[in-house]
Amino acid sequence: MGTKHWIIMIACCLFIIACKKSADLIEDTTLFGGFTKPANFPEPSYNFANNTITKAGFELGRNLFYEGRLSRNNTISCGSCHMQSAAFTQHGHDVSHGIDDRLGVRNSPPIMNLAWNKAFMWGGGVYDLDLQPIVPITAHEEMDEQIDRVMDKLSQLPKYQQLFKAAYGSAEITTAKLMKALSQFMLMCISSDSKYDQVMRKEQHVAFSELEQEGLLFFREKCAACHTEPLFTDGKFRNSGLLPSEIDDQGLYESTLNVTDRYKFKVPSLRNLRYTAPYMHDGRFLTLDVVLAHYDHQVADLPNLDPFLTQRPGLGISLSPSERQALLAFLNTLNDEKFINNPLLAEQ
Amino acid sequence: MNILKNISLLLLLAMSFLACTNKSDITPDFDQTKLVPFSVEFDNIVGDRILSINNTATPYVNSKGEAFSISQLQYFISNIKLTSTNGKIYTVNADSSYFLIKGADKSTRFAKINVPEGDYSQLTFTLGVDSLRSTMDISKRTGPLDPAGGMSEGMYWGWNSGYIFFKLEGTSAVISNDTNGDPTGNKKFRYHIGGFGGYSTPTINNIKLIDIDLTKAGIARVRKDRKSNVHLFVDVMKFFDGNNAFSIAEHPTVMFSEYSVSIAKNLTEMFKHDHTEN
Repeated sequence: MGTKHWIIMIACCLFIIACKKSADLIEDTTLFGGFTKPANFPEPSYNFANNTITKAGFELGRNLFYEGRLSRNNTISCGSCHMQSAAFTQHGHDVSHGIDDRLGVRNSPPIMNLAWNKAFMWGGGVYDLDLQPIVPITAHEEMDEQIDRVMDKLSQLPKYQQLFKAAYGSAEITTAKLMKALSQFMLMCISSDSKYDQVMRKEQHVAFSELEQEGLLFFREKCAACHTEPLFTDGKFRNSGLLPSEIDDQGLYESTLNVTDRYKFKVPSLRNLRYTAPYMHDGRFLTLDVVLAHYDHQVADLPNLDPFLTQRPGLGISLSPSERQALLAFLNTLNDEKFINNPLLAEQ
Repeated sequence: MNILKNISLLLLLAMSFLACTNKSDITPDFDQTKLVPFSVEFDNIVGDRILSINNTATPYVNSKGEAFSISQLQYFISNIKLTSTNGKIYTVNADSSYFLIKGADKSTRFAKINVPEGDYSQLTFTLGVDSLRSTMDISKRTGPLDPAGGMSEGMYWGWNSGYIFFKLEGTSAVISNDTNGDPTGNKKFRYHIGGFGGYSTPTINNIKLIDIDLTKAGIARVRKDRKSNVHLFVDVMKFFDGNNAFSIAEHPTVMFSEYSVSIAKNLTEMFKHDHTEN
C-alpha cells in the first residue's frame, strides 16, 4: 500500500513539473548563479565594479543579444553570427554574412570567457567589452545601424520598457545601459566544463587517456607559450606566418599603425574547436589537420614572424604524425558540451 | 526714525560706492568657490570669408588653387584652462569641459563654462578628447561624448575605439573619380582626424594643445553680472594651407593614417583670438 501511494505521489509531482513551461524553469532563480569564477581560472580582467551582474541585467542582455532590431532592417542579431551551438561563432563560414548578405573579412570569433579578455577583435582596436558591440552594430557589412536608432526602436516596445526598468529601475535607455546589459550576457558565456577542466579540478575522478596525457605534455612543450592554460590564449597579438590574403588584412597594424604590428592577429583560444571550424582569422583552414600542417611546414617567413616560430631552420613547429595524433586527442578534451547546451545562454 | 533714515542713506551711499568700484574695475580676489559665467566663442571662418555650409556656387579656394565647398565641419574642444594676469590658474571641471562645435549649427559655437572672477590673459584648451576620457567607462561618456551618434554626424570610431575629434567633409571638382579620389563620382573629400595615443599599445596622437595669448586682442575681465566672451576666429583654410599645406586632389581622404599626423599639425594654426567682449 505504502509503495503505491508513493508511486502516485511521484507521478503527480512529475506531472506538475512537466506542465511547467520551460521558460518558467529558466526563470527559476536557482539556475542563475551570477558570475562565478571557475576554480581553475585566474582572476577576470573585466571591471565588475562598474557593472554588477544581476539576474534582470543578464536577462535584458540576453534579449538584446538575440534582438534583430540591433540591425538596420531588424534582420540580424548578435546571435546570427555568434550561434551557441557553434560556441558562439558561425560554424561553416570562413567569413560571416551580415545585413543584405554583405560579407565581412574576418572569421566570427567566439563569445566565450570574455571576462578574461583585455583586447577584442582579431586585429585589436577595442579594449573594453562595454564598447565592443558598437563595432558590429555600426559596421556596414554586419548590422549597419546607429546606436541612437537602436535605442529609439527598443524604447517603443513595452517588452524593453519592462526589461530596462527591471534591470535599471527606469525604462529610460542610454548607450551605457544598453552596452552594459550586453556585457552582462557576454560575461556569463563562460566555458569551463570541458574534460580538461574536470581533470584540472580533479572532479569525479575524471582522468585523461594515455594519448590525451601524451598530447597535454606535448602541448605544454610546443604550444602553451602562446595558447596559455587555462584560457588557451595569452591574449596577445602574434604573427603566425600565414601568407597575407588577397585583401591584405594587416591585423593589429591597422589599428595601431606600428610597423612591428603588421600581420599580427589575436591568439585565439583553443577551447571548443570541435564546434568552431573553420579556423584562423579569415577562416582559411577547414580542419585542424590543415592548421597543424601549417605550423609544421607552411609557416611563411614574414617580417614580424613570431619568435616562437623561428627557432628551427624550416620555421614553425615540428609535428610528427604521432605527435599530431596525441595533440588532436588532447585538443578534443577542450570541447565543452555543457557550454553549447547551457539553457541559460540560449534564445528564449 | 532719524536713525533709520540715516542708516538707509548710508546703505544707499555704500551701494553706489560698490557700484562705482565695479566700474573702476578692481581685479576681484581669485575665489575658486564662487564661479561666474564665461564663454569662448568658436567663430568658424574660411580665409577671409565666413563659413557657409554647402557653398557650391561660390566655392573657397586654397593656396594650391583648388576650389572646394564644405558640407560638414565638427570638432571637439576640451579641458579648458585659464591663467589670470597675476598668474593664478583655473582648470574647468573635467565633467563640464567637453564641447562639440558644429559648423552647421551656430548654437554650438560657444563653450559656456563657469570660472572665478578675475582678469585672464591666457586661454588654454585641447583640440580633441584626451586619452583619460577616451578610455573612461562608457557611463562617463555622456552628452557630446556619447558614442551613440549616427554615422554621418558621428564623432566616434567603433572599430578603433576613440573619437574623431576633427571632421571636415565637402566637395572639390579636382577630386578624381578613381580609387585615388572618390570612386562614387561625388567628388567628396573626407578628413576624419583622430588618434589619442592608444589604450595599451601606443598609437598616433593627434590631440593638440592650443595656447592663446589674450593680451594682444583684449584680456577677459570676468565678473558676475557680466558675460565675458573670448571671441576666436577658427580659420578652416589653415587646415589646408598651414605649414604642412596639402593638395585636396592628392589627399582627398585622410582618416586613421600616418599622413593624418602631418596635416593634423595644421590644426593648431586655425585658432586666432579676434577680440574679447567684456
